[in-house]
Amino acid sequence: MMDGSNTPGPKSVRNFSLNFGPQHPSAHGVLRMVLELDGEIVERADPHVGLLHRGTEKLMESRTYLQNIPYFDRLDYVAPMNQEHAFCLAIEKLTGAEVPRRGSLIRVLFCEIGRIQNHLLNVGSQGMDVGAMTPNVWAFEEREKLMIFYERACGARLHANYFRPGGVHQDLPQKLIEDIEAWTHTFPQVLDDMANLLTENRIFKQRNVDIGIVTEQMALDFAMTGVMLRSSGVAWDLRRAQPYECYDEFEFQIPIGKNGDCYDRYLMRMAEMRESIKIIQQAVVKLNECIGGDVMQRGKLSPPKRSEMKTSMEALIHHFKLYSEGFHVPAGEIYAAVEAPKGEFAVFLVADGSNRPYKVKIRAPGYAHLAAMDHMGTGHQLADIAALIGSMDVVFGEIDR
Amino acid sequence: MSDALNELKSLIEMKQEDAVRHCNVANGELTVHVVPAAIPAFVEFLRVDPNCLFTQMMDITGADYPERPKRFELIYHFLSMRHNMRIRVKADLVDGEIAPSITSIHSSANWFERETFDMYGILFSGHPDLRRLLTDYGFTGHPLRKDFPTSGYLEMYYDETEKRCVYRPVSLVQEYRQFDFMSPWEGAEYILPGDEKVEAK
Repeated sequence: MMDGSNTPGPKSVRNFSLNFGPQHPSAHGVLRMVLELDGEIVERADPHVGLLHRGTEKLMESRTYLQNIPYFDRLDYVAPMNQEHAFCLAIEKLTGAEVPRRGSLIRVLFCEIGRIQNHLLNVGSQGMDVGAMTPNVWAFEEREKLMIFYERACGARLHANYFRPGGVHQDLPQKLIEDIEAWTHTFPQVLDDMANLLTENRIFKQRNVDIGIVTEQMALDFAMTGVMLRSSGVAWDLRRAQPYECYDEFEFQIPIGKNGDCYDRYLMRMAEMRESIKIIQQAVVKLNECIGGDVMQRGKLSPPKRSEMKTSMEALIHHFKLYSEGFHVPAGEIYAAVEAPKGEFAVFLVADGSNRPYKVKIRAPGYAHLAAMDHMGTGHQLADIAALIGSMDVVFGEIDR
Repeated sequence: MSDALNELKSLIEMKQEDAVRHCNVANGELTVHVVPAAIPAFVEFLRVDPNCLFTQMMDITGADYPERPKRFELIYHFLSMRHNMRIRVKADLVDGEIAPSITSIHSSANWFERETFDMYGILFSGHPDLRRLLTDYGFTGHPLRKDFPTSGYLEMYYDETEKRCVYRPVSLVQEYRQFDFMSPWEGAEYILPGDEKVEAK
């Protein structure tokens, strides 16, 4: 009616192209998405990624293995240690290094803390994408506490650089373990509060139920993993299916979705956080059983003790060579995957026997999920796209690499 | 685990002898080298064969070995949830050789093939939309090739006079340093400036 014609009958309607992002708050980072709209309905979604591409894989080829670990913190910066884990596992598989028990338990502990960090951010921002402000603020308060745990373990709130091939960098202070234990008793109350605001909230349900349905066939076809896959009813979790570290001795449930929609994924993330708390509590008990154990395999991969370096020439040489030349990894290829909070995060490492990787390929879970955006978003309303991105749990650090 | 892999290996070798060049099991992983032209048929076989059921295509990437006659390796990773197994499929390609796309078999291959094209310049026939994915709009070159410098060729900066972002050739304040930490008796030869004069005498 804008053209002033008042004649009844069909109007010539043209499709709209809309740039969603890259500075849109619910694009979760730097996603630019070209949407073709027919009125409110999305006809085609073309995500343009790579705005955060830093060439991690190229940079890694010219740095030693130890120098490469910090790059993994910068991939999925929401849960940094889970990424380091995959890289360390790859090196350990090639070198045959064995992680001491205490080191292994600390890894599990911090991987689960990372999972909670990730899900807190995601549930909070998924709420905020559809208009709920408060849960996000509460979630960030808890995330802050978790970051302080990170800081007390390794000195950095986000870019931890804590996992090393053969274990973890340092042992945890006993007080920190006690504080983590105490936190696991206060945290469920926060989860309940968040659930009270979201789970039965009418607006939240209207925006999320039956939006972005993933069927089992689709999940397999698009190589979805993690919560996206499990929301369609497939019981697949690498912690169970291909246990790494010492996950096989922990008791936890794996939440499975029924409808595969955004709402299911929200519920699953809430449930996964509760399971992670169980794992953390078990890990704390197990850690208390092996106080004083070493956290790192002592050998070529790890630095000598400070006290040894004061008296032993060999230890001093070893320390110098480790941090300049670095250790050598025997030639070979390995694909090491972990169940990161977002799904299967894997590192494909080609080693040529030198002190640097010949080739590294980082397989990020969010990448495969975002690739399905066109398929999933088509036919939805424009407003649903925000909810869909929120429940997909995309972080551009890992997608763009 | 490796028993199952060896069984799978002999099964694949038997059923797909035309496609398979050779197979090996290393580090607890099965790698199958195939003929490039046979990739789609082989992937379809992996997907539907009841002993394989590799229904998920997890990853596609390349690898660059400039010293080989067939320079590129195209590497696929598949996961079978039913049998809880993984498999790696490889094909050797010369520079400029076109690989068949498997997007019609696995939709997830779409972006992975785009990325492989972007990073290595490997072309895929039958791909619906083979554009660059991760690099900048208008980027030239393929960054993960070994002959591509880490610092790249172009850099972008904000031009105060033109009031917009412009490109210019990379100018490094300090030369990009590639440290060689290898021991002197096993690593590089160290030629100090001035050493050539010794030869001249």
